[in-house]
Amino acid sequence: MSNPKTIAVAMSGGVDSSTVAAVLRAEGHNVIGLTMQLWNQRRLAGHEGMPEAVQGRCCSLDDVYDARRVAETIGIPYYVVNHEQRFEDEVVRPFVQEYLSGRTPIPCSLCNNHLKFDQLLLVAQQIGADHLATGHYARVEFDAKRDRWLLKRPADTSKDQTYFLFGLTQEQLSRTLFPLGALTKPEVRALARQHGLALAEKPDSQEICFVPGGDYKRFLDAYLEEQGEALPDTAGELVTTGGDVVGEHHGIHNFTVGQRKGLGVATGSPLYVIQIKGDTRQVVVGNSDELYSDTLRVRRTNLIACAELDQPLRVTVKIRHRHEPAPATIEATGGDEIVVKFDQAQRAITPGQAAVFYDDDVVVGGGWIA
Amino acid sequence: MQRVYFDNNATTPVLPEVFEAMRPYYGEHFGNASSIHHHGQETRAAVERARESVAELVGCRSSEIVFTSGGTEGDNLAIFGLATEGDHVITSTIEHHAVLNACKRLEAMGCEVTYIPVDGRGLVDPAEVRRGVRSNTKLISIMMANNETGVLQPVGEIGKIAAEAEIYFHTDAVQAAGKVAIDVKQIGCDLLSISGHKMNAPQGAGALFVRKGTILQPMLYGGSHERSRRAGTENVPGIVGLGRAAEIAKDALNDGSIANIEQMRDRLQQMLSSLEAAGVNGDGAPRVPNTTNIYFDHIEGEALVIALDLKGLAVSTGAACSSGAIEPSHVLTAMGLRAERARASIRFSLGKQNTEEEVEFALALVPDTVARLRELSPVYKKEALSQ
Repeated sequence: MSNPKTIAVAMSGGVDSSTVAAVLRAEGHNVIGLTMQLWNQRRLAGHEGMPEAVQGRCCSLDDVYDARRVAETIGIPYYVVNHEQRFEDEVVRPFVQEYLSGRTPIPCSLCNNHLKFDQLLLVAQQIGADHLATGHYARVEFDAKRDRWLLKRPADTSKDQTYFLFGLTQEQLSRTLFPLGALTKPEVRALARQHGLALAEKPDSQEICFVPGGDYKRFLDAYLEEQGEALPDTAGELVTTGGDVVGEHHGIHNFTVGQRKGLGVATGSPLYVIQIKGDTRQVVVGNSDELYSDTLRVRRTNLIACAELDQPLRVTVKIRHRHEPAPATIEATGGDEIVVKFDQAQRAITPGQAAVFYDDDVVVGGGWIA
Repeated sequence: MQRVYFDNNATTPVLPEVFEAMRPYYGEHFGNASSIHHHGQETRAAVERARESVAELVGCRSSEIVFTSGGTEGDNLAIFGLATEGDHVITSTIEHHAVLNACKRLEAMGCEVTYIPVDGRGLVDPAEVRRGVRSNTKLISIMMANNETGVLQPVGEIGKIAAEAEIYFHTDAVQAAGKVAIDVKQIGCDLLSISGHKMNAPQGAGALFVRKGTILQPMLYGGSHERSRRAGTENVPGIVGLGRAAEIAKDALNDGSIANIEQMRDRLQQMLSSLEAAGVNGDGAPRVPNTTNIYFDHIEGEALVIALDLKGLAVSTGAACSSGAIEPSHVLTAMGLRAERARASIRFSLGKQNTEEEVEFALALVPDTVARLRELSPVYKKEALSQ
């Protein structure tokens, strides 16, 4: 290697980030492994509805053990850094608050914005690393013509994680490496085997890391109980789009836009949650057609491919992680708000989720659906 | 890369002469110290010689020494050996987790526990201990020297209070042993725990002084080892190492080697605490001669520890949790440090193997590293701009 760099690798104990560390090390870089301790699973263990023993994956000792073994195998220094307080402030509390306000949050984006590419990147710089590398499936490159760092979809579009990365700033992108951006998952596993990593066959994780079994309702209960706060009473009416009251519900946090089951209302045709009104605690239900809408607004926008949006722009827009980007026109309306007008109405636009704008494989930017 | 180890309060290297003393007990002298034959007699004699050396270090009779696996076991044996449901126990907020978490368990078992706070220097006020005494107080457990700051507690005065009130007094002397003179009669304690690996003996060997006549409920049931106070075949090599280390530690108090450590610590402390926005935690209190805990405002101690380790200097901050991540220090927090300063604090603890040249290595490294961390600190930038 003619130009070895000092690179910190965010290691989760999974195959992807472990392979990143192994590959960069093999390329001759000076690699430092870092794992973030974000959440103490023991805190809620044993609370009602939560597992007695620690079961979830976030910051589990098993994952730290795996990451440490990889670091030892490939011969790099490795450290666990504690960001529990920040994680609780910036990710867990907003997660709870969003549900209680009738929205459906994405904690992974918050974690990327406030922890991984903020606090961890800072630690990386402080300990002398020029870059932070992660196991995300995405690409970052500098476009000299625009004088901007670009975030792009990866070669393996089935693993595309750019949806969770739309909040990255130019400064963050300039210090970030995504070495898996050009690879497919099978290729990554093959590399892991090639580098002798014992965890090459470890299954992928999918669930929200701090919510055991993905049961967010039980998590809300247990977390609020631990905080000594009662679950706020958000019970209210089930109403139709026409305003007729058709029943009652036990709390708006139990609902997500597009949800069909569990409404407790018997009618001829299937009913869906169309809208959750946080202020009046009403859950609006309707038929499948009423789930479709062709317009949405995002706030707290972050633009990546350009500094500002001075005229309407044709893009494709993704409104949830597993959503095929749909053609739309975006237009800034002042402040940090952007209006998205789809060519064709989209199903179940969900407040609290992100809308991410693409120009082919380039992430133009994104924001939080209001 | 040159590696300098300034984390001797975490553990110390086994001294070569200690290792030499232990070596035969892994090989030719392998007997079970309880066996009646020649092999057993050989190791029994070695164990009892070590017991005498340890007794001499703390100023007690050898029959009053119980060998343990280390500090945690000694603390647990003292606490659970005496306190039962309905008893009241007094301890402090700055104890090691071996005492604090044992006391938490006592509370779950139906005991009451009073946690005496400390002042800004990290000192327990004996008058507070006296005020904490109740009719059902069974035990006072206050450490002799704190592991994070090195602050020496007024154990002699607390011993008098305990004696007057006829309450058992245990002191965790893990961080004092080998650093300052220990005399259980002067302290007036009934129990005192030490750990081998904090004083150049191997990990896995420790001792608990139990004053004659103190009846302890054992924690391990089995054979009648250690006068039925601690069942289980003796860790003979470890005990032999602890005995040899105790002899060396006793000599070191008078032969100038501890004084030498103190001189090195003082230079390190003086230079580092004179940096901008830095200072000594526990300043103004008596402290063990090898430890200094210094805050460098506007940095994250965690990042400083990692940055220094990558350059070859091993120091520490707070206590590590099971993943290895650093938890906020309960000791510094109890001293009233705000969270930011507690997180910006680093412990340097020296040992017998350290040299003046290593102190210079640290002095060449730490100020630059602190400066770089501050340059990258968003908080520091903001405060610098506002001035």
